Amino acid sequence: MSDMLRQVEPVIPALRRYARALVRNRAAADDLVQDCLERAVSNWERRREGDPRPWLFTILHNLAVNQFRRIARRGKHIAIDEANEDDFGQDAVQEQKLMYQEVLELLARLPEEQRAVLLLVAVEDLSYADAAKVLDIPIGTVMSRLSRARERLQREIEGTADGAPKKVVQLRSMK
Amino acid sequence: MSDRPITEDDLHAYVDGVLEPERRAEVAAYLEDHPDVARRVAAFSDQRDLLRKALAPIADEPLPPQLNLSGIIEKRQRRRAPVWWAVAAMLMLSIGGIGGWVVRGNLQASSGGLAALAQEAAYSYHVYAPDRVRPVEIRASDSTQLVQWVSNRLKQPVKLPDLTGAGYRLMGGRLIATSHGPAAMFMYDDDRGDRLVVLTRPMASEQSAPMAPHSGGDVSGFAWADDGMGYSLVGQAAAESLKPIANEVRRQARTI
Repeated sequence: MSDMLRQVEPVIPALRRYARALVRNRAAADDLVQDCLERAVSNWERRREGDPRPWLFTILHNLAVNQFRRIARRGKHIAIDEANEDDFGQDAVQEQKLMYQEVLELLARLPEEQRAVLLLVAVEDLSYADAAKVLDIPIGTVMSRLSRARERLQREIEGTADGAPKKVVQLRSMK
Repeated sequence: MSDRPITEDDLHAYVDGVLEPERRAEVAAYLEDHPDVARRVAAFSDQRDLLRKALAPIADEPLPPQLNLSGIIEKRQRRRAPVWWAVAAMLMLSIGGIGGWVVRGNLQASSGGLAALAQEAAYSYHVYAPDRVRPVEIRASDSTQLVQWVSNRLKQPVKLPDLTGAGYRLMGGRLIATSHGPAAMFMYDDDRGDRLVVLTRPMASEQSAPMAPHSGGDVSGFAWADDGMGYSLVGQAAAESLKPIANEVRRQARTI
């Protein structure tokens, strides 16, 4: 048990970050992480040897996807947290805060599958192979989603900088 | 240098810093010769930095109690010992049945009026706060109607405490029957879904009384009376975190 505590506890902040970036609601994200930890504790003996990070992210990701599906089916609404000033470092300057808020807004507009790859690879530092395991997709798909996510996010960032945000929301709802 | 062509995958691996040193040097050399590609790669790197910085504060937040791993492990172990758990639950039930909601604390000795009010607030909390379907009868969106209704029934102008400063949103309220007549109950919750109840009604005895803590079962709170109106705030949070909220309710009620 102490072994589990030692290996899992340090990952919890990253799990919270991933969940929050995916569902964008503090309470809902922490509920997902709690659920993930409970499952991790019950199934600890069944995990594969080695770094528990990919395993933990797999549990969390599957829980998040299931929740998305449930919400989509029921048409239930989860409130999206207003950008909270406390979410950003106290000493961060105002302009920086705005930039951070903006990039998170743009991130949220990416299709969920692209967002997940970008977060796992670029923020959570999972290897491409581990990201492929977490998402249960071939590594080639990880690379193509990563590429599409970066291209699209870049277009959005540049679009916003030009003062001409693209109407991505509309494009998405047509899919 | 190898003569393997540079791929899109190489560029992303370059951005993510996961290339072997040799390949990394090859990509770097390629980028020097191809400023357009280099600009795109630099933009991806900036994007990566920005995302990491924007999300970093979340990982720095203190963990809420629900994510305490030792607690989760403990809970799991309790579940795995069902007999002990059942015995413990039965014990708790029998103890709870006898003494669970009895209000303890400074109030018991000091007073009749406030103690009764505190007890009513604790009862209301236990009955309505766990209710996921209809914890309140009139929702916050109709707060004007709510205030009018309870003020009419209490025959007193009732002011709705605003606890947003303390992180609690009004959910709504309802009228409660007590042995001293109707009381108004307001319910609040925070981002974690933790709920608070504020109960207020006219006082027959103890028209003015200083704030006193009370606790019973798994809830605690504070009760006081001002100008003939009694107030009690009850929640599951620790008493020290409820105290400033109770002070705020009192301050607001005084400035009608």
